[in-house]
Amino acid sequence: MNKIGLIIAREYISRVKKKSFLVMTLLAPVLFGGFFFIVGWTATKGIDTKTIQIVDNSGMFGEVFVSDSEMEIVFATNSLDAAKEQVQKGDFDGLLFIPELDIDNPQGVILYSPNNPSIGLVKTLGRKIEAEIEEIKLRRSGIQQEVLDGLKADVNISTINLSGTGEEKESSSVGATAVGYIAAFMIYMFIFIYGTQILRGVVEEKTTRIIEVIISSVKPFQLMMGKVIGVAGVGLSQFILWIILTMGISAVVGNIFFDGAENMKQQQAQQMDQMDIPQDEMQQELNEDLMSKVTGAVSSINIPLVVFSFLFYFLTGYLLYGALFAAIGSAVDSDADAQQFMLPVTLPLIGAIIMLGAVLNDPNGSLAFWMSMIPFTSPVIMMMRVPFGVPLWELGLSMVLMIVGFIFTIWLASRIYRIGILMHGTKVNYKTLGKWIMQKN
Amino acid sequence: MELLRVENISKSYSSHQALRDVSLSIPKGSIFGLLGPNGAGKTTLIRIITRIIEQDSGEAYLNGIKITPELVRMIGYLPEERGLYKKMKVGEQLLYLARLKGLSRKEAVEKIKFWLNRLELTEWSNKTIEDLSKGMAQKVQFIATVLHEPELIILDEPFSGFDPINANLIKDEILRLRENGATIIFSTHRMESVEELCDHIALINKSQKILDGKKIDIKNDHKDGTFIINYSGTLVPAADFEIVSTSKLENGLTESIVKDKTPDGPNNLVKVLVNQVEIHSFIEKVPSINEIFISKVKGEDHE
Repeated sequence: MNKIGLIIAREYISRVKKKSFLVMTLLAPVLFGGFFFIVGWTATKGIDTKTIQIVDNSGMFGEVFVSDSEMEIVFATNSLDAAKEQVQKGDFDGLLFIPELDIDNPQGVILYSPNNPSIGLVKTLGRKIEAEIEEIKLRRSGIQQEVLDGLKADVNISTINLSGTGEEKESSSVGATAVGYIAAFMIYMFIFIYGTQILRGVVEEKTTRIIEVIISSVKPFQLMMGKVIGVAGVGLSQFILWIILTMGISAVVGNIFFDGAENMKQQQAQQMDQMDIPQDEMQQELNEDLMSKVTGAVSSINIPLVVFSFLFYFLTGYLLYGALFAAIGSAVDSDADAQQFMLPVTLPLIGAIIMLGAVLNDPNGSLAFWMSMIPFTSPVIMMMRVPFGVPLWELGLSMVLMIVGFIFTIWLASRIYRIGILMHGTKVNYKTLGKWIMQKN
Repeated sequence: MELLRVENISKSYSSHQALRDVSLSIPKGSIFGLLGPNGAGKTTLIRIITRIIEQDSGEAYLNGIKITPELVRMIGYLPEERGLYKKMKVGEQLLYLARLKGLSRKEAVEKIKFWLNRLELTEWSNKTIEDLSKGMAQKVQFIATVLHEPELIILDEPFSGFDPINANLIKDEILRLRENGATIIFSTHRMESVEELCDHIALINKSQKILDGKKIDIKNDHKDGTFIINYSGTLVPAADFEIVSTSKLENGLTESIVKDKTPDGPNNLVKVLVNQVEIHSFIEKVPSINEIFISKVKGEDHE
């Protein structure tokens, strides 16, 4: 086996054998699974029903407030003061006081509650009052109820991509956004977590002076690349294990959760039956609509291209930044000293994540274009764009630039590394780094 | 026969010159002491020989061949700053280092077993370096240096951190390695080990070699005609000699250190002395390496 192979194997095995690797590998999916479980659980359980007491002195809202799953409405029979006392005692979650209202200037509505009410609740109550007042005003101006009903519109825009081949694809920006976000964030996390590991490893080799023992048998470049690749292997293994375990756990949790949901639905259906409303049909329609949306969302994305791009940017982005992290590690004497060089290196990466929102607004705009061409930001930005569909020449150019970029940073890093790794006690600044890069052996 | 030849090597860092035109010849099978005060340039010279850094000018040859990175495998180097992977097990660590030096797995395992046994570390093979005492870690590093049976072994301060028992153990191993054909370069400022082990020395001070050769020749060259005499009677200085110091001995005799002022040799001095006193012993005072070292380095500093 050649030396780089030996180094890669050591970097890989020594990390995979660590207890922390095992703990992280097992714990992360449990945490992810647990997260899904909690989301699912709260979704099935729904929000606690709030009991709201209403004192309506205007007498306009008797029919507006109806109990539903969100809140139970009780109209007060007592005076306001008595009702307040009941809220204080905790019999109700809130007391809505509506004074005699001048509909042209409705003021003085108060919500009393034992603690700060949720914004959602305040908004819901407000909207109901507003809607009723608007309706009263409209009626006052002589518009018929039928006309009012006829005014309401419900529009659902479906988007269709016209690709260059003239093919029409139904697209869903929701699906593309989700895929893009997940991919971009995974690349970002991977670079950060494992880039830092490279840095620590290099600093360790330097501070323990093992480098002097090894350097006489291997070239600095071999040592650096061995570490970068070995750590990449650790990261990939961990990610693959995470995906497998997360899927496994989610499947198990999902089963439990969907069983629960099924039961709920049956219960609801029974209730509906009792109320004699043909809810089943509506439910059916809704479900079909949702299903077609989900499949539409997925089918509009070119899955093989996304997977290929992900793997490409995942690896090249990591190599590009990993080499720079190795260079930083070689230049400093301790982890603490590394901070000053970390910022400029990680800035483009953090910038890319911050820009994701802007890119999302216009995935084919000039900001998105340029940021997906610059090798330092392209792994994150391009992954956000690919699910939306990117012209092939752009993707190709970005990839070529990425390859050029990582070869360049590896070259740059190896220039710094070969000198830095043997330097001790020198205060390193950007000027010295520049000198090292230019220095002939 | 010469194993290593260093020719006119110079090296400067940005702020100062570390080596100025240094040449050395190290005979095969010798134990060569590379001496010098801190910061003289010893480590720089070693790093150039082991190709860790590159010289500005000059060349180093091993067996007459210019040292290339491939040839460095023939060299075992124990750096002054010791370093091992702290979290790696002793056995695995040695295997990794041995394989980086180009040994096959089978070979490496065999040799590691042999050496661990020899240095009484077998039961520590599965412990990490963190769990070892400093001395034990040093022994592991020593094994890593000699495991691949290099022709040339360079030891930078090999005894630092060892207790006397372990220092002796390592000393014996060094002698045994030499018997098996290895050449050893010692870089140190511990003169008693130089006196004991080395047969050749070179002295580097302020980036320059100021002295080198066989230990015995250097010592002879630095004899300054002083003699230690035990006698009875009274000795007074004469034209031919001066008395450096005098002290009374327990057995009633007097001991004086006498410096010969003539170039005529000890016989002449004895002839002069017997006229004055009764001589019981007459020994030529040979300077120790330590004395030569100090006088040389101080002499340089005064210039």
